[in-house]
Amino acid sequence: MTNTNSQNTDLLAYTKPPEGHVSHSRLERVLRSGRFAVTAELNPPDSADAEDVYQAAQPLGEVADAINATDASGANCHMSSIGICALLTRSGYSPVYQISCRDRNRIAIQGDVLGAAALGVSNVLCLTGDGVGVGDQPGAKPVFDFDSLSLLRTIRTMRDEGVFLSGRKITRPPQLFLGAAENPCIEPHEWRPDRLIKKIDAGAEFIQTNYIYDIPLFEAFMARVRDAGADKRVFIIAGVGPLASAKAARWMRSNVPGIHIPDHIIARMEATENPSVTGKQICIELIQQLRKIKGVAGVHIMAYRREQLVSSIVLDSGVLAERRKGKAR
Amino acid sequence: MYRIRMFAVRHARKFERIYTWIERVMVLLDPVFARIGYNRVERPIALVEKGVKTLLFDCKMCGQCVLSSTGMSCPMNCPKQLRNGPCGGVRDGGFCEVKPEMKCVWVLAWDGASRMKDGAEKIREVMPPVEHSLQGSSSWLRVSREKAEAIRESREASRKTLAKAFPEARANEPAAAPLSVEPSKATQAEAEK
Ligand code: SF4
Repeated sequence: MTNTNSQNTDLLAYTKPPEGHVSHSRLERVLRSGRFAVTAELNPPDSADAEDVYQAAQPLGEVADAINATDASGANCHMSSIGICALLTRSGYSPVYQISCRDRNRIAIQGDVLGAAALGVSNVLCLTGDGVGVGDQPGAKPVFDFDSLSLLRTIRTMRDEGVFLSGRKITRPPQLFLGAAENPCIEPHEWRPDRLIKKIDAGAEFIQTNYIYDIPLFEAFMARVRDAGADKRVFIIAGVGPLASAKAARWMRSNVPGIHIPDHIIARMEATENPSVTGKQICIELIQQLRKIKGVAGVHIMAYRREQLVSSIVLDSGVLAERRKGKAR
Repeated sequence: MYRIRMFAVRHARKFERIYTWIERVMVLLDPVFARIGYNRVERPIALVEKGVKTLLFDCKMCGQCVLSSTGMSCPMNCPKQLRNGPCGGVRDGGFCEVKPEMKCVWVLAWDGASRMKDGAEKIREVMPPVEHSLQGSSSWLRVSREKAEAIRESREASRKTLAKAFPEARANEPAAAPLSVEPSKATQAEAEK
């Protein structure tokens, strides 16, 4: 099948994915071809205006192979991830549809997976989700019918066996590249690699990590992942983000679940006259260091409320230039 | 009973052994349960199970006990009720994201599992989501019934193999190589009545 008038192969009609692929995802193509991937997180708007989504996506789309649409992250209410995905696929972007287990049960989620695939989504990121208590509506009922692993296994079953978890047949199974999150710098350090392997067994084909600010800790994690051969079974995309200020970093560290920022980074943010520039510089350096770690297949940039920085961070880090020169990972 | 729960995890190996033992007894009791009727023993056994396990593990009677795969740390005490934890929010020192005063149930689970014999491998298997319709029912009885059924099935399979190996005898003297399913003691008792 030829597709002449659009760059966006995600929107191909329902055809078989390329040989050895599970989806039409651009991210999957980049990763499987051995190139260093770049993904970026879109900050969901608190509005009903599609234009807000497009404005946020524009600076990410310039450099990213896929744009993550978050699912009420931090248990805060925003435009839904499926809504953002629908808008993004319509205009030719390739989104990563994030699904958190916090807000919906298995009936809703399996239905949404089909809906998302029909809308042209080809990447899914399965998350457990933060507890409702940290969000803007702590009185909400936490659902957690699935956890990220049973969710992965469920979507893989839908895709590969063509059935819902109940065994009922799906006439056209979704073709999705399956992802999971990982938080390598958080306790229990001893068991994090084991849980990563469990996620691969559950169905994960790519991993996007939470923020990595502690390179030695992450290297230790990666060494154990490599020893287990797990880096050959999954594409690991390391998460980074520019800090806005020392105060913001400290706030994040104590208020956002699962964030580890070493003191020396905060000290560097404190010492600087221009925190915004330093925050960006630290982020670029992290990308360059991560790029060199064996088994790291890409970077995931989460620039909270600072999308406009993303493209210059990526370009200044030089990872895309290397990629253009044909340098493999 | 947070303290006792922690104790159970610290002694996961011992509890694993006790658990295998309980399981064996439950399987042995299958004919008795079948005779009385599983429906009729469900309530008293569930009560005992609840008492024992609530004391030891803060059991929530989900009806789908997986303690031997979770280092004897009950996953229903995880505020997110994960069956494949821990989540990415664990606090420094291994404390829970949602209830900071409590140790993460899953940090304890991996810890306990590392002390167990089979548990260390079992925790690496992906667990399915909880079947909420089983809430309140007895896991012990379910395991007993399933294991006993499996034993019965394997006996039948061996009978089939035997009959196949001696086809002539089977044709001439069916009783020498019987294929029919033996009625369980309960149905026999029923027939006698
Ligand atoms: S920190 Fe541990 S106990 Fe708390 S919600 Fe996460 S997995 Fe469950």
